[in-house]
Amino acid sequence: MIDYPFLAFVAFSTIAILGSLMVIFKKNPVASAFALVAVFFAFAGLYALMSAHLVAALQILVYTGAIMVLFVFVIMLLNQDRPVEDFKSSSGTFKVISGVAVSFLVFLFVKVAFLARGIVPAGDWTVEKMEEQGGNVKSIANALFSDHILQFELTSFLLLGAIVATIAIAKRKGSSGRTAP
Amino acid sequence: MSTLEQTLMFIKIGIVLAGLLATVPIMLFVERRGSALMQNRLGPNRMGPFGLFQAACDVIKFIFKEDRAPAHVNKFYYTIAPWVAVIPAFMTFAVIPFAGSLSLEGTTTQFQIANLDVGVLYCFSIASLGVYGIIMAGWASNNHYSLLGSLRSSAQMISYELTLGLSLVGLMMVFQSVKLGDIASAQGETLFMLGSIAIPKWGVFIQPVGFLLFLVSVFAETNRLPFDLPEGESELIAGYHLEYGSMRFAMFMMAEFINMAVASALIATLFFGGWQLLPFFSIVVSKVQALDLFPNPGLVEVLFQGLSFVIKVASWMWFFVWVRWTLPRFRFDQLMNFGWKVLFPLGLLNVLVTGFLIYKGVL
Repeated sequence: MIDYPFLAFVAFSTIAILGSLMVIFKKNPVASAFALVAVFFAFAGLYALMSAHLVAALQILVYTGAIMVLFVFVIMLLNQDRPVEDFKSSSGTFKVISGVAVSFLVFLFVKVAFLARGIVPAGDWTVEKMEEQGGNVKSIANALFSDHILQFELTSFLLLGAIVATIAIAKRKGSSGRTAP
Repeated sequence: MSTLEQTLMFIKIGIVLAGLLATVPIMLFVERRGSALMQNRLGPNRMGPFGLFQAACDVIKFIFKEDRAPAHVNKFYYTIAPWVAVIPAFMTFAVIPFAGSLSLEGTTTQFQIANLDVGVLYCFSIASLGVYGIIMAGWASNNHYSLLGSLRSSAQMISYELTLGLSLVGLMMVFQSVKLGDIASAQGETLFMLGSIAIPKWGVFIQPVGFLLFLVSVFAETNRLPFDLPEGESELIAGYHLEYGSMRFAMFMMAEFINMAVASALIATLFFGGWQLLPFFSIVVSKVQALDLFPNPGLVEVLFQGLSFVIKVASWMWFFVWVRWTLPRFRFDQLMNFGWKVLFPLGLLNVLVTGFLIYKGVL
């Protein structure tokens, strides 16, 4: 019997790691953005493997379907052909900063690996408990609209504020309201 | 998973794949002859009876034509773009139920590849991946017309996705579920009696505004006329697939037809009762069951449910063709204004009114 979930796990993690590397190393910003789309898709696959279907669907719907489309859109409008400058010839400060960042990340990974030591224990939200409460959508909706209603509403106000601010900034510069689509 | 379940799973996947692949040549034929019918011409009528074999000729031509790529394209993305367009189109159908359930040797099977918790959200999320095929094609073609086409498509898809999602919120509120299987079976109930005719609890009768919003935004999402701005022959030559030829171009066409099939299936499932039997079919089913041809009487019902579903989907696909050859194309700013200033507020209003009606106990 073939262990399909394990195969899927290996495939999605490989895509995620390779894609992340491509995001960093690709010279062309649009190619980087496409690689990031693949990474988000692989993440969604990993969430689905953990039976978190709603998170997986939202991951694709929000990040891949909306945010990354906008990213690609903006990149294509701003510079089509110019690749970003090569960082090989960059200053010493840049090298020092990246060195510090990389060593911090390695430290973090080692620390987490030591803390976990094998399998991480399951939290409150097990697959069985979600099933009991009527599936992914219902249990998350219940949690969001009862226990965490204040945080949820505050977040939506924050987003609304961001939208209003964006429009205010955009309006100030242009004299006429009409902009090209 | 037992062997029987596994076999049934493969059968279901086979039915869906074969059905979707079969729509492509059928739609090729219907679109050409249908457009000819509407414009009072003959259309391609030489190959076979009524020109039925024209689609086969097209396919042979697509396969054997030289597969050339222009020198100025980005090879990698140019090659994968048609695949990125066509694969999500197939994937979307996985959660759509195409018949009821059948009891076989003690196990009950749902005729649906995967009954996911998130149901229709899965459809939306996978369908939103399809836009990358168009964006990649336009960008990798390294051509101004193509790039403009893909820019238009990304703007259009994002704008109309909002209305698409909002138009269904009311429906989900009424049926208390996002699972397509639940929504389809809930539509079998009777809404009210009109004389002796039972009006079923179809989505279109409960959510007429939601249905109209969904229908309009689906046209924008599938890039069909009157919203086919990404192609716009008269302004952008062919838009995003300008640099594509032979089989690669055919794959974009395939993606469009399959997206149309999925959209029609979604309309049928959400608003027209899905696999629920068509009104006159229940009589036919009882007549055939009385003949006692099959050992399992449930099989007859499932077959007719499948047939009802196919008929509903086919009528909506005809509607797509009908609209394409009837309405003129929108201008891009009209499209954007219509989406944001008319459809989006209407969608919000629909949610509000539905919530109020549910609160008052009407729905």
